Amino acid sequence: MRERTSSLNPLLELTRARVLEFVREPEAVFWVFVFPVLLALALGVAFRARPVEKLRVGVVGDEAGQVAAALRSAADLEVVPLAADEAEQQRRAGKLDLTLLWRGGESGETGVILRLDPTRPESRTARLAVGEALRETAPMRVRLLAEEPVTAPGARYIDFLVPGLVGLNLMGSGMWGIGFSVVVARTRKLLKRLAATPMRRSHYLLSFALSRLAFLVLEVAAVVGFGWLVFGVRVEGSLAVLALVCLAGAFCFAGVGLLVAARPQSIEAVSGWMNLVMLPMWLLSGTFFSYERFPAVTHAAIRTLPLTALNDALRAVMNQGAGLAATLPQVALLALWGLVCFAVAVRIFRWQ
Amino acid sequence: MSAGQSAEGALAPAIRCTGLVRRFGEVTAVAQVDLEVRRGECFALLGPNGAGKTTTVEILEGLQRQDAGSAELLGYRWGEGHDRELRQRIGVQLQDTQLGERLTVFETVRLFRSFYARGRGVEETIALVGLGEKRDARVGKLSGGQKQRLALACAVVAEPEILFLDEPTTGLDPQARLQIWSLVERFRGEGGTVLLTTHYMEEAARLADRVAIMDHGRIIALGSPAELVASLGAEQIVEFETAGPVPLERLAALPGVRAATRRNGTTTLSVAAIGEALPALLSEVNRWGVGIESLRTHQPTLEDVFIRLTGRALRDA
Repeated sequence: MRERTSSLNPLLELTRARVLEFVREPEAVFWVFVFPVLLALALGVAFRARPVEKLRVGVVGDEAGQVAAALRSAADLEVVPLAADEAEQQRRAGKLDLTLLWRGGESGETGVILRLDPTRPESRTARLAVGEALRETAPMRVRLLAEEPVTAPGARYIDFLVPGLVGLNLMGSGMWGIGFSVVVARTRKLLKRLAATPMRRSHYLLSFALSRLAFLVLEVAAVVGFGWLVFGVRVEGSLAVLALVCLAGAFCFAGVGLLVAARPQSIEAVSGWMNLVMLPMWLLSGTFFSYERFPAVTHAAIRTLPLTALNDALRAVMNQGAGLAATLPQVALLALWGLVCFAVAVRIFRWQ
Repeated sequence: MSAGQSAEGALAPAIRCTGLVRRFGEVTAVAQVDLEVRRGECFALLGPNGAGKTTTVEILEGLQRQDAGSAELLGYRWGEGHDRELRQRIGVQLQDTQLGERLTVFETVRLFRSFYARGRGVEETIALVGLGEKRDARVGKLSGGQKQRLALACAVVAEPEILFLDEPTTGLDPQARLQIWSLVERFRGEGGTVLLTTHYMEEAARLADRVAIMDHGRIIALGSPAELVASLGAEQIVEFETAGPVPLERLAALPGVRAATRRNGTTTLSVAAIGEALPALLSEVNRWGVGIESLRTHQPTLEDVFIRLTGRALRDA
């Protein structure tokens, strides 16, 4: 009998119990096993090892087609002829690693000027690749005339990053702020108590969207102000348009946050849902790197995500100085997301 | 409101429900409950935890839907276009609602006042429940009794016609309980109707004009506290423990004894004539040679009514 009782090792049993508890918690399994795989997949696709890492080079000028043709044989370059303003916009949006400007003159000084941000590794690689390609394949036709580094504010990675951080911040604070307070009120039965009053239920939900506006100014000012003071990140467009875009973003994520918080009955559950909704956008919506890195077929879908719309609009206003008209599609998309989520949330909201 | 409606409203009882049924899966929480609460009356649902009191009240408050039967408040049914008007006219205190801890007493009452078209002043309400000194204190810092008075303030800020109180004093110390009781009595004094649930028989006995005793989703007795106690036909309740068993039927047959029950080794006799019953009890116990270890007598209460009806006590049911 003694042997039989001692055959159970307490450490082993405790460990077994931990393992069982763990695998019986579906959310934990998701975060530990499924999530890292999804993360690796998404990042792997974004930074996939293409046959040869393609660097995007824009060519501008009268003989753009000729230059592009000359470089076409360089396997690691994706060469696209562009109009001057188009190229400038794409470069600022981080979608172009290098710009070639064609200069043709009667004096025979014909060739290209390289415009690049030497602080970007991709741009430096692209410079090397272009130089090599021109030497090897078309030494006679296209010459390198000069290099034009652009490290001026508006063209650096930090200029790309700050609008993305504003967008990310609007999403995160909206979702967490609303999700937590709604679910806490639900677990404390405060929602049920409120439902017993003549309070209009839509008023309760709208109050979250409105209270978000009170914090909006602070949140945006903090990130934009920091970028401006420390890194000299400028707002090229008007502050009024920036405010409108932020407003649309805050409203949109208030709606999404309410929808996510409409049913869950515990903080754990709502946290899981929040992460599930936000993480794809974290990865896909071009906060830290341009979503152009994902395969082209996915771009249309990625652009329908609210954070993508917000980031694109913020970059258009802050980096490219876009006006109201240029940001309207994104603002409309954000408003639509907000309205739909809000309407569904009102309908399915669990008051007790 | 038209004259016709107000005439109808004046005639209708405060609360009337018939054949109320509510099921949760296999469990029938409320099984065919009929009750009628008159205007200006204080009506108590008395019963142990899980008897279906809260479910019944929440159906009446319009927070849950019944599976069968009908419930009317002030002549109206829920879900027939009068919900907002009804909510304006009732005050609700739910079992264990926790109000936002980071708001102050004043901010909380002001928030609730804002939901109602009519009602009394915020300061006046705070003074009414005796929280004047705590006006600017955060809800999280209040004691249990103070929190419960704040909940009551939120329930009466609209000067409701019907006040629903679900276990208003559960977990409170005796002094805090007395404060709640006097507030309820004051509300009644101003003509308000009260429906309260409780598992404290003292609470029902003190506050209620009429009591419905609930168990397993049914009303098993209904009447004024005095009527219910009188239904026992007992002037005294005798409880005793003996060293050995004495057959219950022998005890029930003793002169002056109405009924005998036994639970956890304690025998309880409902006694109509204590002068006859006590000597007879002592000699019966002697005959069985077991000896009495302890013996108590008390005036019958609602608790004894519940024990007689269910064989269980309110608190351990």
